[in-house]
Amino acid sequence: MLKELGRGLITTFKMLLESPVTIQYPEEKRPVRPRFRGRHVLKRYDNGLEKCIGCSLCAAACPADAIFVESAENTDEERYAPGERYASTYEINMLRCIFCGFCEDACPTEAIVLGANYELTFTNRRDAIYTKDSLLEAVPSPELLTPQKVEPGEYTRSIPEMEDPKL
Amino acid sequence: MTKQVTLTIDGIQIDVPDETLVVDAAKKAGIDIPVFCYHPKMEPVGMCRMCLVEIGRPMINRSTGQPVLNEDGQPTMQFMPKPETACTNLVSEGMVVLTQSESAKEAQKDIIEFLLTSHPLDCPICDKGGECPLQNLTMEHGPGKSRFLFDGKFKMEKQIRLGELIVLDRERCIICARCVRFQEEVAGQAVLAIDDRGRGSEIISVSEPGFDSVFSGNTTDICPVGALTTTDFRFGARPWELLSAASICGQCPVGCNITFNTRREAKSAGKVVIKRVMPRQNEQVNETWICDKGRFAYHYAKSKERLSKPLLRKDDKLKTTSWSSATKLVAEKLGEAGKDTIVLASGRLSNEDLFNLKSLADGLGGKAVLYTEMGGGDLVTQIGVGQGTNFSDMGQGDAIFVIASDLYEEAPIWWLRVKQAADRGAKLIVANSRETKLDKFANFVVRYSNGDEVKTVQDLGGTGKIAQAFSKADNAIVLFGSDGLGLEGSTHLATACANLLEETGHIGKANNGLIGVWPKANDQGAWELGFHPEPDLAAILKGKAVYIVGADPANDNPALAKALKKAKFVVVQDLFRTATAELADVILPAQTYTERDGTFTSGERRAQRFYAAVPGLGESKPDYAITSEIAEKLNIQLEGTSSVLVFEKLAASVKDFAGLSYAKLAEVTEQWPIVGRGDLYYGGSTYENTQGLGVQLVSASDRGETVSIPKVRNDAGLRPKKDELLAVPITKLYDRGTTVAPTEFLTERIGDVTIALHPEAAKKLGVEAGKRVKISFEDVEGEAVVKIDETISAGVALVPRSMGLAIREPVVIKVQ
Repeated sequence: MLKELGRGLITTFKMLLESPVTIQYPEEKRPVRPRFRGRHVLKRYDNGLEKCIGCSLCAAACPADAIFVESAENTDEERYAPGERYASTYEINMLRCIFCGFCEDACPTEAIVLGANYELTFTNRRDAIYTKDSLLEAVPSPELLTPQKVEPGEYTRSIPEMEDPKL
Repeated sequence: MTKQVTLTIDGIQIDVPDETLVVDAAKKAGIDIPVFCYHPKMEPVGMCRMCLVEIGRPMINRSTGQPVLNEDGQPTMQFMPKPETACTNLVSEGMVVLTQSESAKEAQKDIIEFLLTSHPLDCPICDKGGECPLQNLTMEHGPGKSRFLFDGKFKMEKQIRLGELIVLDRERCIICARCVRFQEEVAGQAVLAIDDRGRGSEIISVSEPGFDSVFSGNTTDICPVGALTTTDFRFGARPWELLSAASICGQCPVGCNITFNTRREAKSAGKVVIKRVMPRQNEQVNETWICDKGRFAYHYAKSKERLSKPLLRKDDKLKTTSWSSATKLVAEKLGEAGKDTIVLASGRLSNEDLFNLKSLADGLGGKAVLYTEMGGGDLVTQIGVGQGTNFSDMGQGDAIFVIASDLYEEAPIWWLRVKQAADRGAKLIVANSRETKLDKFANFVVRYSNGDEVKTVQDLGGTGKIAQAFSKADNAIVLFGSDGLGLEGSTHLATACANLLEETGHIGKANNGLIGVWPKANDQGAWELGFHPEPDLAAILKGKAVYIVGADPANDNPALAKALKKAKFVVVQDLFRTATAELADVILPAQTYTERDGTFTSGERRAQRFYAAVPGLGESKPDYAITSEIAEKLNIQLEGTSSVLVFEKLAASVKDFAGLSYAKLAEVTEQWPIVGRGDLYYGGSTYENTQGLGVQLVSASDRGETVSIPKVRNDAGLRPKKDELLAVPITKLYDRGTTVAPTEFLTERIGDVTIALHPEAAKKLGVEAGKRVKISFEDVEGEAVVKIDETISAGVALVPRSMGLAIREPVVIKVQ
């Protein structure tokens, strides 16, 4: 019996010397996998224009009906996205979202991406609806904020040019 | 007589008339042959080549004229070496069509690949995406992969405004010419054309202002790609996100069947609103078309100016109050007035509303007055067009007589259908005091001077060439309006028309009878339910309790505004805080017809059902419910909880509505062409009618009862005297009415208030086109922009209604 007790205590004392596995959340955060599906981010191009063109395909793909999109027309005076159309309203109800990532798959411009943020807490239902402002990626400098005033005829196409088919 | 022929399509045997196209025959057999340029309502052109199929015809022995038989005793089939277009080939006896053969499928696949070589793949931002024939057919028949290089794609202009209403995306256009052909063949207005040729072909507008047609919206429905879209719905929503509700257009008496597409909207605080209006097929009313007014002038329903709470006048100020206190006061005052109650309602209301209002007026012993400036509805009630009337059935041997109406401006879809009947060979007689757009298609144009309307109709009963064409016709319909006429003039005109129809025996059967081109959608319904206009309304208002519903007399007539101030008690039930409402003691907020259920009766006396599309605004209630609430407090029992109950009561008490019910109005029969199902490429994005075709009311003449038509009084109307200028009212499609003006993008089409003068009259007055002049008549004063019109007589000026100048009937005016 002493033998067993000794063996147990060896393990105990061995563990005492090792560094603990506990992560001190929230001070310390657990890293996520590269393909982790956390809170959505609406991406921008390098020039600050939004990638989202308001096509609502994410909403169509969403099995939980969590996304609501409304779109409007871009002008060269007030340009949000390349091409004619941008999302004037973009809302995701995080209480409904099941983080399946279908929206990401449906997006023709890779505008919506499920990020690494998993800290979603709300104190009421209304706060659970993330609006476009909270979903949009931050810009490095304020002059890249949308809407931008651009030269006419510079951004006439919504969908990025495609590569020629490989024969 | 057409001959029936038997043919086999993909192994299915079918009998069709010998003038049928292969593509239509296949459709009847339930086989969908893909098409882009072909449309069942237009002549085939075979431009897109999408409908390629293999067609075999039996080999005929030329000496005997009999089919050559093979060893099995079956006719030997001869196939062309290449596939043929199903849309340009007529069926023939014994034909064999293969739509699924290797060569047909290969051909269809190649055509799709070819069409996509320069089509931009911007489906995600395209308004057509989701209901796009090209998208659907690519999924169904396309190769899935392109062999063409993206670098070689044609880049064209993406955003061309063909007018304020329609946007063209040249890159998406596949040059099927459906829009060009629609304007040319169906609408008869060649305002679009194809410019350049080959790959450089592009659609252009050749009119000034751009795309100058009131049918322009229809081209967006039949466009098989997203090349033509409306500015109104531009990026409004994706088609799959929209809900739909069947309805009837409330803008004119045609009663076009429409579908309201609705969705939640952020800028309306998350409320469900109407996003667009689409035509709904009814081959007896509007076929698959609607006019631009019906398509675009729906924005009034969500206007911020709408009334949402009852208001009560206290210390000369209107203050919000509760429904119970408002209706209590109204009931009290109407009860006190008793016989001195006047219910003044307009044809904007539904049958149910009008029935309840009439019942209330009858219960109190008061008077139910129709607020209109056009008379003769009681005659239409008796000899309106017979049951089963359909303009599409009219052609060779029939006659249509249009008098004192500019159908293009007043009822565009009737204009379209009358024009098409004339194209098919019906004799079209157009009588007016000025040139209208229908003249071009008429066999006979009669130009009379203002005041001679009755005489013109009576002449048609004579022995002249035109009179013969009318009286000898197999079927004849008369459409009368109030162009240049007021209440009195139009009543006389209607009587004359009724007499003419009775004398020539054109009553009591289908495609015969009288149609009134009313200013409001349900004016005919109001007449059916016993409402009548009052010749001198101002005189009877004094000291009375007036219950005004859906009308704005104070704005239309200063004399009525004055008279209303002398009324004992005024209650106004409306959508907006109108000039009349400002004079009211109580204002009750009503719902628009898009917010509740009900029925309208069209000018052709067709009762049609509309359904609630969006939730009601604020505390507003349906008109029939408000009326029943007031009536309840007066111990008059009316239905108010649901429109179906009101209609049941209505059907039980009004003879012409006998036997009707909502279930009956919701009945549908198979219609041709088949539209709106999965195959949007065939008939366009028009909705299929699954919610009811409506029922045409049976008139007294239909039942064979004797009708009593008063003899027409021969006194001519007002005529211009020497050195006087007689202004006559005309109707404009886009006016400043409460249901049109809130649609902001129509402002340009609504334009300024005008006065049309003959060049001589203008010269005499020393004014020229485009100049602003001051106009005064009776107690109305205003300004208008001068327009020169050579087709009117020198002593007459044309002033449009509902444009700010309160003109109701021919009147002598002063111009400065």
